[in-house]
Amino acid sequence: MAKLPKPEELSKIDYKPPRTGCGWRETPVQFKEGMYCFGSRPRYLEEVGFPNPREWKPNEEDWKLPENWKDIILDGLKERLEKYRSFRLFMDICVRCGACADKCHFFIGSGDPKNMPVLRAELIRSVYRKYFTPGGKIFGQWAGARELTYDVLKEWWYYFYQCTECRRCSVFCPYGIDQAEITMIGRELLNLIGCNTDWIAGPVANCYRKGNHLGLEPHAIVSNLEYMIDDIEEITGIRVEPSFNRKGAEILFVTPSGDLFGDPGTYTCMGYLMLLHEIGLDYTWSTYASEGGNFGFFTSMEMAKRLNYKIYAEAKRLGVKWILGGECGHMWRVVHQFMDTWNGPADFLEEPVSPVTGTKFENAKTTKMVHIAEFTADLIKNGKLKLDPSRNDHLKVTFHDSCNTSRGMGILEEPRYIIKHVCNNFYDMSKNASREKTFCCGSGSGLNAGENMELRMRGGFPRANAVKEVKEQYGVNMLANICAIDRAVLPTLMDYWVPGVNVCGTHELVANALVMKGEKKRTMDMRLETLPGMEDSEEEE
Amino acid sequence: MHIEELLREKKRVIVQKWFDLTIETYPEATRNFLKTPAEQSANPVAETIYSALHGLFNVIINKETTETGVGSYLDNVIRIRAIQDFTPTQAVGFIFGLKDVIREELRNNIRRHGMYEELMEVESGIDRMAAAAFDIYMQCREKIYDLRANEVRNWTYRILKHSNMLREHEGEGI
Repeated sequence: MAKLPKPEELSKIDYKPPRTGCGWRETPVQFKEGMYCFGSRPRYLEEVGFPNPREWKPNEEDWKLPENWKDIILDGLKERLEKYRSFRLFMDICVRCGACADKCHFFIGSGDPKNMPVLRAELIRSVYRKYFTPGGKIFGQWAGARELTYDVLKEWWYYFYQCTECRRCSVFCPYGIDQAEITMIGRELLNLIGCNTDWIAGPVANCYRKGNHLGLEPHAIVSNLEYMIDDIEEITGIRVEPSFNRKGAEILFVTPSGDLFGDPGTYTCMGYLMLLHEIGLDYTWSTYASEGGNFGFFTSMEMAKRLNYKIYAEAKRLGVKWILGGECGHMWRVVHQFMDTWNGPADFLEEPVSPVTGTKFENAKTTKMVHIAEFTADLIKNGKLKLDPSRNDHLKVTFHDSCNTSRGMGILEEPRYIIKHVCNNFYDMSKNASREKTFCCGSGSGLNAGENMELRMRGGFPRANAVKEVKEQYGVNMLANICAIDRAVLPTLMDYWVPGVNVCGTHELVANALVMKGEKKRTMDMRLETLPGMEDSEEEE
Repeated sequence: MHIEELLREKKRVIVQKWFDLTIETYPEATRNFLKTPAEQSANPVAETIYSALHGLFNVIINKETTETGVGSYLDNVIRIRAIQDFTPTQAVGFIFGLKDVIREELRNNIRRHGMYEELMEVESGIDRMAAAAFDIYMQCREKIYDLRANEVRNWTYRILKHSNMLREHEGEGI
């Protein structure tokens, strides 16, 4: 919160206009290694028809922009001001109270004033004032306006890719100004002249051509899942047999491709496979709609819509009744807030009803897509799962609320409900760092690259600090979550800030505790590590 | 009278001034926030720095020699400053600020009691602390590069393992 001046300070107000020429508006951005991602490769932009594909480097002076780049940006800004009433409001109504300033994980971790949400928004607001408001046109910088210059454009790029669109600041803003939407539009404008990052553009192109961010082709998806099926058989003695692209299945299952590939996401994926097998769900995987996540969302609304389209298209092609979605963050913001408007109405699908419990998921009435945390919590509540939480007794678990599922769609209780039923040791983090006030992992919205590691460690510090508190207080050694990006980036964050804390998806914990019909005596967890007390059983075998 | 007693008496003032000097290394617009008391989870950088400086000062006045205590306080601060906008000198340089504060706060007493030798001893302790801080700074920077390498390795680990393309070296990792 901004500091309130004392009476004696107020009496010393200087009425002279502020000096110009040395404030933040006139300070060009310095590109610091470790703080930004590489510029996108031309082929990624070509593959999706994005403008201005070329080789470029953000730290070089010449960004190889089209000659009329300024007109393109200003026309784009005008178009969006007219199209999105919310954006126009956000440009006009901020009173600079400062309530958001110290709520941003990047500001807290970096101390860079331009990471205050109010100032990050001011980067674009100042240009808005110059070209779109009478006050700004007449009074210029005295009215907080400034020209759109090459330096200003670079500053936009640098700082709009230092925001993870987590929306924590909007929770505290008395006007509800959503910085995430300002960042989204800032990035959309930059994309109009080909200023993207390689880490985002690559997955977008992969997803457009092959259905998932990683560019896994159908045979690779199947073989990756088969590796997991082998491991499940080794652990439980049961061979699960999922189906792929099966027409007539009741439910289509869509999850982020991160679950198919990298650890610890794969352990979560094993959890899905075991759970859905155990309850005998009539479901199918798709090797085409093989990505729940949507990196298009970090480029433009239009691109996000194009990538999202495949989910309904595949559901229609396969003739399923409804869609079940895996643990992911931004996937769910897109599904919950945008999918129905972009690519709906999904009138060819039915209102989701759990075939096991009969529960109607009324919250998914329009999207026809249910989050697996809701689905599993419902199974547990109705006593449909046999669980042995003592198999997770070696773990002291805390839960990281992903920004998108907590602030974006209000999933706060379900994962906690599940964890409390599959684990005996659960400890929540402080109120200031969980639920709707959760701190971001620091690597969301396409910032989970390697070259910007310092940025990620800064942004993730407030989250890590809260984990450290519960580690010191309760001995927490496992950080559970329901997001694929979290599973990919939190292990690295923990490794730097809180060594000794591992990371898992919630369904990995479910899989450990799940007592399956006909399973052999469990001696290993999902990571093929010996369960405590089972060391002798291992040797016997 | 020994210098430690004087330091103990003025502990609150000295630690606060040392903290303020350290916060001065941040941009002007950020200092207010860092100087505002808050819960640990709301202002973790400031809280971590404050409690670490407090701990380090105790080490000085108690003449503690256990490296673990010093190391953990230093680690808490340096780990943060190693990834912020500081050069290596700036990242560890805040430690020398303690010398300035002590000289300023105890100037009259030191002159009066002729405590120059004791002061030099305290200052040598601060120098040793600074040297240890640089080691920790380097460990943090090296860790950043490790993290990058490990992430890349972890993406492909499972696939390579299943394809029998990995060879494990005992004690050396992969």
